[in-house]
Amino acid sequence: MKRKTAKTTKTQKTMTGAQALIKCLENHGVEYIFGLPGGSVIPIFDAIYESKIKTILVRHEQGATHMADGYARATGKVGVALVTSGPGATNTVTGIMTAMMDSVPLVVLTGQTISPMLGKDAFQEADIAGISMPVVKHSYLVKDINSIPRIIKEAFYIASTGRPGPVLIDLPKDMTAGAFTGSLDQPMDLPGYSIPGKGNKTDILQLAKMLKQSRKPMLLVGHGAVISGADKVVRELAEKMHCPVTMTLLGKGAFPETHPLSLGMLGMHGTAFANKALTACDLICSIGSRWDDRINGNNDEFCIGAKKIHIDIDPAEINKIVRPDLSIIGDAKLVLEELLKHVEKLDTAEWLRELEFYKTEFPLNYSNAEGLTAQCVIDTLYKVTKGKAVVTTDVGQHQMWAAQFYKTEHGRDWLSSGGAGTMGFGFPAAIGAQFGRPGELVVAIVGDGGFQMTLCELATAAINKQPVKVVVIDNKYLGMVRQWQELFFDNRLSGVDLVGNPDFVKLAEAYGIKGFHIDKVEDCSRVLEEAMKHPGPALIHAEVIKEGNVFPMIPAGKSAYHMIIEAPKVKMEKPTGST
Amino acid sequence: MKTTDTHTLSILVANKPGVLVRVALTFARRGYNIDSLVVSATHNPKFSRMTVTAKGDPATLEQIIKQLNKLVDVIHASEHDTFSAVDMEMSLLKVKVTATSKTIIAKYMKEYHAKLVDETDNILIIAQIGSTEELNSFENILSKYGLVELVRSGKLLMMKGKETT
Repeated sequence: MKRKTAKTTKTQKTMTGAQALIKCLENHGVEYIFGLPGGSVIPIFDAIYESKIKTILVRHEQGATHMADGYARATGKVGVALVTSGPGATNTVTGIMTAMMDSVPLVVLTGQTISPMLGKDAFQEADIAGISMPVVKHSYLVKDINSIPRIIKEAFYIASTGRPGPVLIDLPKDMTAGAFTGSLDQPMDLPGYSIPGKGNKTDILQLAKMLKQSRKPMLLVGHGAVISGADKVVRELAEKMHCPVTMTLLGKGAFPETHPLSLGMLGMHGTAFANKALTACDLICSIGSRWDDRINGNNDEFCIGAKKIHIDIDPAEINKIVRPDLSIIGDAKLVLEELLKHVEKLDTAEWLRELEFYKTEFPLNYSNAEGLTAQCVIDTLYKVTKGKAVVTTDVGQHQMWAAQFYKTEHGRDWLSSGGAGTMGFGFPAAIGAQFGRPGELVVAIVGDGGFQMTLCELATAAINKQPVKVVVIDNKYLGMVRQWQELFFDNRLSGVDLVGNPDFVKLAEAYGIKGFHIDKVEDCSRVLEEAMKHPGPALIHAEVIKEGNVFPMIPAGKSAYHMIIEAPKVKMEKPTGST
Repeated sequence: MKTTDTHTLSILVANKPGVLVRVALTFARRGYNIDSLVVSATHNPKFSRMTVTAKGDPATLEQIIKQLNKLVDVIHASEHDTFSAVDMEMSLLKVKVTATSKTIIAKYMKEYHAKLVDETDNILIIAQIGSTEELNSFENILSKYGLVELVRSGKLLMMKGKETT
């Protein structure tokens, strides 16, 4: 009935700005908009009414941005969020910053008061373009209805090319409610925007030469390698050269972690063997990583004596942290495809034997002597799912354990908030990933702390019948901070006790989601097996020992030479590095 | 190099609202203080030219220039030295004069190619165009002869010869 009325009152000839906007989004292949309406965006939601684009109604705007982010990371397409002005817009800031830090393509559409009221403290007015400026790749405030198609085209182009990132478009209500009289197909006008391509050939040949001279080389793959789809060529390169590969937290998937040449993740909570390799290599070649402080706590002691090579699409990353011996600005995949033609098998037999020794001497392990551990839950999950799930994580101890024990084989199968470290990311990101990859198993591994920041999206998963599986690793603490307080602050636990956690199984059931519970090692496999087979969304509440610590660990501000492989017996100094 | 060296940057930007904020944020976020800033449309009204002088360490400046170049609305940003580029600025100086000081000031004005642009109730406004050093030096002199107020434009810069700025 409602639909009929809507049709008869709309004339075909005139189009509103909102209708033009939605038409443009359709033309860009947008399938889903994650959002929540409010006064200033009613014209846009009205235009969606007759569109084939599906709106996924979230319960909080932060969730919308994380869902769009998870969708984008899992598919490589641009994620789209739509929110209202004022608080709706400000609630997206964390999600936008999360996407910015990890180079994720988002287009965030925010409502705004009508143009004549801009800057007059109108109801639900927030200067979101101003507020978000430091955390966007680019942003627009629409001032001319007829510029909407150009702005949308530019926004998608900017978000998805070069080093991807979020683009915000602030839409005053009169721009969407008013009449659109322009063309839907407009050229872009971006004289200041260019995208690095294949990299300098001479530099690539120089790199091949440096590799040839190296006896202890290692490749370091980061998110850039995943984003450019370089996983296949990374593997070919490593296998052709017999060169070991380590990956950053977000580089998981750029090289199969089960591969004999894989060293796993390096850095603060990376594998001991990857970090040992850092201290022993004579050449390290970063492919789309930014040498950040989780892998390079102390630049003065980073890979001392090793030649450093930096391949990155973003020229601003060169010399930012590490001053490399050679840098190549370009797309990881294109650069490596060229490099592959010029390399041959390297003389690394001895080096690989040395690394093999580290691997056997310092393997990743855990013990269930004191009860069920998070590591056991994640390791079992890995086995039960045969390593085939798309995994998202939240931030904290469980994230590091998941990175260690849930080995990733393919790009875009591991989605985690790396740069921003945003608690509350994992669960909504999993919903977004599930929308992007229907039919695949998507598992969110979250902690009891972070999950409670965005758990309202249980409703979104339930209503949209998205069969995501949420594994809540519950140690009843904000565990990573507790670990630091134990190790560096005389165990003076302050503000970390999550006493009063809800019964997560009942909570899931309250939303109509199937709940499972594990607190014993022997139940782990069976329950996870059952939960993963459940056709709809499911929550697995895993109660684990309260005081497990993540090792290995390199204290913040220290280099890999100072790695702690197991719980220290002596009191540790307070870390000096960044968080 | 001293960390307090003054650097001059020329930034060609799209003539759009908000560009100045983005540029300013790039400096502010890294703790760089902008000493002077001149912004004006170029001969092509689609673009504006910003000339910025700022003090700080060269490594941070390198990062700032790269981050500026990443901004979508920045066409290009680069640092310039005084060998390959011409730079100058302008100042307006308000001086309260007496009959005696006026004669002395007139002499210096001639020496510094400064121009009298207003005279109201024994108060002069003098305009001067020149290098930063010339402006500093003239200001020092006038400060002994009743300087009341000073407004400086900030530095303008243009590449010499065929090369565009």
